[in-house]
Amino acid sequence: MMRMDKQATPQPMARPRRPDPVRVLGSLAGTDMGRLFLITVLVFVVMSLLEPRLFPTRGNLSSMAFQFPEIGMLALGMMLTLLTGGIDLSIIWLANLSAIVAVMVMRQIAPDPAATGAWVCLAIAAGILASLATATVGGLVNGLAIAGANIPPILATLGTGLIFKGVATVLTGGAAMLGFPEIASGIGNGAVPWLGIPVPLLIFVAAAVLVAFLLNRTAFGLRVYLFGTNPLAARFAGIDNFAVTMRVYLLSSLLGAVGGLIIAVRANSAKADYGSSYLLLTVLIGVLGGINPYGGFGKVSGLLLAVLSLQFLSSGLNMLQVSNFAVNMTWGALLLLVMVINQGSLRFGRVRKR
Amino acid sequence: MARLFARNETLVTLILLAFCAVTAAIDPHFLSVPTLFDLLRNATVMAIFSVGVLLVLASGGIDVSFTAIAAFAMYVATKAMVALGFGDSMLVAILLAGGIGLLLGLINGFFIATMKLPTMIVTLGTLNAFQGFLLTFVGTALITQVPLGMRSFSRTMLVRMETADGSIVSLPVAFLILVIVATVTGLLLNRTMLGRSIYALGGAPESAARVGVRVVAVQYFIYAYVGALSGIAGIVHGAMARVANPFDLVGLELSVIAAVVLGGARLSGGHGTLFGTLLGVALVVVINNSLITLGIPTTWQNVVTGLLILIGTGLPAFRAKLAAQRAG
Repeated sequence: MMRMDKQATPQPMARPRRPDPVRVLGSLAGTDMGRLFLITVLVFVVMSLLEPRLFPTRGNLSSMAFQFPEIGMLALGMMLTLLTGGIDLSIIWLANLSAIVAVMVMRQIAPDPAATGAWVCLAIAAGILASLATATVGGLVNGLAIAGANIPPILATLGTGLIFKGVATVLTGGAAMLGFPEIASGIGNGAVPWLGIPVPLLIFVAAAVLVAFLLNRTAFGLRVYLFGTNPLAARFAGIDNFAVTMRVYLLSSLLGAVGGLIIAVRANSAKADYGSSYLLLTVLIGVLGGINPYGGFGKVSGLLLAVLSLQFLSSGLNMLQVSNFAVNMTWGALLLLVMVINQGSLRFGRVRKR
Repeated sequence: MARLFARNETLVTLILLAFCAVTAAIDPHFLSVPTLFDLLRNATVMAIFSVGVLLVLASGGIDVSFTAIAAFAMYVATKAMVALGFGDSMLVAILLAGGIGLLLGLINGFFIATMKLPTMIVTLGTLNAFQGFLLTFVGTALITQVPLGMRSFSRTMLVRMETADGSIVSLPVAFLILVIVATVTGLLLNRTMLGRSIYALGGAPESAARVGVRVVAVQYFIYAYVGALSGIAGIVHGAMARVANPFDLVGLELSVIAAVVLGGARLSGGHGTLFGTLLGVALVVVINNSLITLGIPTTWQNVVTGLLILIGTGLPAFRAKLAAQRAG
């Protein structure tokens, strides 16, 4: 993973030689990614020591593996927008709306949740397509508001987020929408045969690999980083900022929609306000993962480590019976703390470069 | 004349009048003193918030933590007054809540001005930190026996009159607080160097620093001021409701920001007037009121607020973009 990171910097000229393992271990604490890795391990060890009978068990590991993919999907979407110096405050509301549309379509085609057969599979496929279509529309609206009408991303996605949430509330009347076909929830809550990997985790890993590939190996990825570093310079370098912004918000919405489907399948229902605290968490994951909220810097591997460490922390606090209010306070305080630390190291980094 | 129409305030006023006309056509009772007083009463707390948010937006920042500050200040101040038994005066309550809000605002200021972190993410963090701290360490129980000062404040009326059908309508004294807050802030923004500095900071931070604006000090002032106003709004809200509810107020922030943005303030900074902001609040309150009168389910409120944000920010931004393209 470390090697992949070194290559992930958007400077094809400066691809380093493969460092030998000893030096990697030695300099682990010296790099941002190494520090994050150590923090993740530390959280795991501390939680294991605090709750030795509950935390480092097969059951807990498996339940954590089912829990973090949904927030991971949303964080991936959020990451793309942060990389451009923007933010997508609407991501969770659009994810819920997409999931609601999916359940509605599935219910329309296959009203009996217990039914089996090809018809139900068709209903599920149609539902997934409907959710992706909803996310596409939502993502295009976000992109047009930001790149077309020049509204700052914070306000644009604040406004669209309220609209998505409102439409979702109108569609459901504010209640949870039930009626998932049992096959769909069976797949979504199941694991891959033989390997034992939860299906949501598989989807998340695939999405993470896809995003990492897009960012590191394609011209689109290079444009995203350049645009995030300096939009004006990117424009003068001949980059179509409109197209980059549109694609980023479209992609972020699609990733969010898949996250919304995972949430819905785990909760066995879709609701307008599932995951209200996820907005804070996705931003926290992004910032903890070393993504610069002003744009231009950040890697998928950092995000993965951040998701893991927060999942360990969250499960651990849950086992220690810390109240939800205190957990929320912890996330808020952690967000501020991490940003202060990052800001410090960023300043030093800049000085060292010059 | 063309200039008058290009102004945001004119547009908002026209929309406001149109909404009032439509509502009045459907419900003849709308155009009456009781409705006016009801609207003013409902708008008071939101308007105090909006004055603070205007300052932040004009300086090029955003604050989503002010409702948590308000709930925190309101609950802690009320709890302290009940526990220590010095709550006979509303003035003391306002000073106490305002002071607590000011301290919390300084925390925002530290992260934003000294650490130079993005305002949106800082206040998203403090929103959760403040609310989490309040609910974890201070308490979650409602205080229904609020101190004497707050109770008598809620009973004191500015205007009291009898309508033709014999019912009594009144305007609470809380409205006076809004008038004071608006006047002080208006003078601050338009008549002092500090006010000019805030707009300059929002327009172009680098240029502002070069012409001698002390950016860090001004930012500290802005977030402390917003914190103090939020604390005052919180205690006024608690007094008018005669209950201190720690779960209250948080969640209102988006509507307030929507109102301020509708009133012409821009997130890119440097724009926004007090008059426009108050018009924006009036518009949001009237629209929410009209939706009920027009028989539109309240589930649509979010959609309408969201659309208002997009239109309110989209139109000026799009116009500026066109103007820039025309200029080359």
